[in-house]
Amino acid sequence: MLESYLRARLKERNILLMTHIVLGYPSFEDSFRIVETMVEAGVDLMELQIPFSEPIADGPVILHANQQALAGGATVQQCMDFARHVAAAFSIPFLFMSYYNILFKYGVPRFASEMKERGLRGAIVPDLPPEEADDYLKAMTGNGLAPIFIFSPNTPESRMGRIAASGRGFVYCVARKGVTGLNTQFTNQLEEYLARCRRATSLPLALGFGVKDRKDVEFLQGKADIAVIGTQTIRLMDQGGIGAVKDFMGELR
Amino acid sequence: MIDRGYYSGFGGAFLPEILVATFEELERVFRQAKGDPDFWREYADIMSTYSCRPTPLTYAENLTRHFGGARIFIKREDLNHTGAHKANNVMGQGLLVKRMGKTRVIAETGAGQHGVATATMAAKFGFRCTIYMGEVDVERQRPNVFWMQRLGAEVVPVREGTRILKDAINEAFRDWVSNMDTTHYVLGTACGPHPYPEMVSYFQSIIGKEAREQILKREGKLPSRVYACVGGGSNAMGIFSGFFEDPVELVGVEAGGKGLDSGRHASRLCSTDASVGVAQGYKTYFLQNGDGQMLETHSVAAGLDYVGVSPILAHFKENGRVRFEAATDQEVVDALALTMRMEGVIPALESSHAFAQAFKEAATLSRDDVVIINQSGRGDKDIFTIADAFEDPTWQDFIMKKAERYHA
Ligand SMILES: Cc1ncc(COP(=O)(O)O)c(C=O)c1O
Repeated sequence: MLESYLRARLKERNILLMTHIVLGYPSFEDSFRIVETMVEAGVDLMELQIPFSEPIADGPVILHANQQALAGGATVQQCMDFARHVAAAFSIPFLFMSYYNILFKYGVPRFASEMKERGLRGAIVPDLPPEEADDYLKAMTGNGLAPIFIFSPNTPESRMGRIAASGRGFVYCVARKGVTGLNTQFTNQLEEYLARCRRATSLPLALGFGVKDRKDVEFLQGKADIAVIGTQTIRLMDQGGIGAVKDFMGELR
Repeated sequence: MIDRGYYSGFGGAFLPEILVATFEELERVFRQAKGDPDFWREYADIMSTYSCRPTPLTYAENLTRHFGGARIFIKREDLNHTGAHKANNVMGQGLLVKRMGKTRVIAETGAGQHGVATATMAAKFGFRCTIYMGEVDVERQRPNVFWMQRLGAEVVPVREGTRILKDAINEAFRDWVSNMDTTHYVLGTACGPHPYPEMVSYFQSIIGKEAREQILKREGKLPSRVYACVGGGSNAMGIFSGFFEDPVELVGVEAGGKGLDSGRHASRLCSTDASVGVAQGYKTYFLQNGDGQMLETHSVAAGLDYVGVSPILAHFKENGRVRFEAATDQEVVDALALTMRMEGVIPALESSHAFAQAFKEAATLSRDDVVIINQSGRGDKDIFTIADAFEDPTWQDFIMKKAERYHA
C-alpha cells in the first residue's frame, strides 16, 4: 500500500520529496534519464504526467511540455510502456498524473488494471472531483491502487472530510490559487491552511504548487509530509539540461 | 446530492478543486435568480431598452418564391445590440455578476461577437474586462478586436494549442483559477461545466419564446421546421427551447468545413470523427483521437470552429429530438450570397449555415409549411473573410490603397 510505504519512509526522513515530469518531454529517452537522476538523488516518489492537449490546471511551463510531448508523437501506450520500464528498474513508487479524458478514452477499468499490471501505485487526476469519480474509485481500489484527491485553500473543512474519505495514499494539497508554476508565498497563512488539512484527514499530506528550493522544503518540514517539486525541475531541464536537474536535486534536502 | 447537470449522461462538472466553491456560489445565485419572477422581468426590460428585443421575425418573401416550397421566416437575432444573440447571454450573466458583487469579467471569444457583447456589458455595468481570443481568430475577426479594445476591454491573443476558440476557453479558465474572488467567467455558449449549459440556454430561451409567439400570431400555426447553426449550441438551444413541447422538427446545422470526409470540419454530432469524452469541464461529443487528444477543427466561421458541443444538444442527438446536419464552407458562402441578393439581410457566416441547410430542404416542403431560420448574427464582422471568399477586386484594391497610406 502506498500509504504504508510513505509512513515507513517518514520514519527515516523529516519530509519526503515527490517530483513531477511530463512523459515524452523532451523525449522518452530524456524522461528515462531524468527519472534515473531523480531516483539517484533520493526522491521518494514520482508523478508521471501523461500529456493531454487541454491541461487546464497547468501553467505555461507544464502546458508547453505537454504540447511539445504531443507534437513529438507521444501516445498513451508509450506512456504505459514507459511506466512499466521505470517501475521495474527503480524501487520508488510511481504515480500517473493526467486529465480525466485520457483515462476515460482508454476505458477506466482497463486503465486501472494496466496500471496495476505495470507496477504503478496510484493516480492524480486534477479535473476529476470525487463527485464525478464513482467509476474511477471502483476501478482504482479494485486494483489496489491509490486514487489521490486534492484539497485547495478554499475547500471548506466539511468538504475536506468527504474528499479525504474517497482518497487513498495521501492528499495533494494545492498551496494557492492559480495554475502550476507561479510563485507561492510560504507564510503563516500556508501554515494555517496545512493545519486545517491535517485536522480533516489522517492521510499523509503533500504540498504542491510553487515549491522551488531548499528553503521552501525546510519551511514545509513538520507541516506537510511530502514536498512536491513540479514546474521547477522542468524549468531547470529547459535551461540547463539533466546536469542542472541533478545539481538542484542534490541541494534540496 | 446536488444537481450536477446531467442530460442522458452528458454534462456534469469536472472541476479542479480550486473552482468548486466558485461554482457552488454561481449555482446558488443562478437558482435564486431563476426562481425569482422579478429577475426575468428585469432581464426582459434591459433586453428591450439596451438591446432590440423583441427582435423581429422577417418573412423572406423572395427566398420563399425562389425555392417554391415552404414559407421561410427569419428570426432576426442580428438586430440585437452588437449584432448577435450573444448579447442575450451576456446581459443575463451581467445581472448575476451584480448579484454576486464581483467587479471583473473575463470571456473567451471565437468570432469576436461574444467578446464584443461582453465588453459592452462590462462598460455599461462598470466591470473590468479581459477577453481571451485565439491568435488565428484575432487575425480573421480583426474588426471585433478593434471594438473590444475601444470599449475598454483588454484583448489577450492566445498562442497555445490550435490558437482558436477551445484554446481561448483554456486560457480563460487559467485566469479564473487565480482571480475567482473578484472575477466572473462569462462563458459564451451552452457548454462547459454545470450550470453553464443550463444557464446560457435559459438566457437564450428568450429567442424561442418570442419566435413561437410571433409565428403563431402571424401565420396562425407552428412551423414545420426550425433551423439553427450549432457552434457550442447557444443560439440553437435558445430558439429550439420555444418548440420542444411542440410537433416541430428541430434542425441543428454544424460546420461541414471542407466536407465531412476531409477531416477538416467541426461537426461533432453528425460526423463519425467525434466520440464521447471529458474536457473543458464537461462530458460530450468531442472531435478527438483514440488517445483522447483533441483534434484541429476547421470552419470558415470562427464561431463554429470548436471541438465540443453543448451536452444538452448531445442529449437531443441521442434521443432523436433534434436532427443534426452539416453545411460546407462553400454551401455557406453561396447561401450567404443568395440571402443578401434576395432579401437584403446580411447573416453572419455562422448563421449562414442554418440558411444553407434550410435552402437544401425548402423546396421539398409544401407551400403550407412554414420554416424559421435563426439568423444568430450579422455578417458585418466577417467583411474581410467574405470579401476574400468572393474575391472582391474593388475591396482588395481599397485595402491595398489603405495600407499604402499607413506606410506613407
Ligand atoms: C453570430 C454567431 N452565431 C453563432 C455562433 C455559435 O455559437 P452558438 O452555437 O453558441 O450559438 C457564434 C459564436 O461566436 C456567433 O458569433
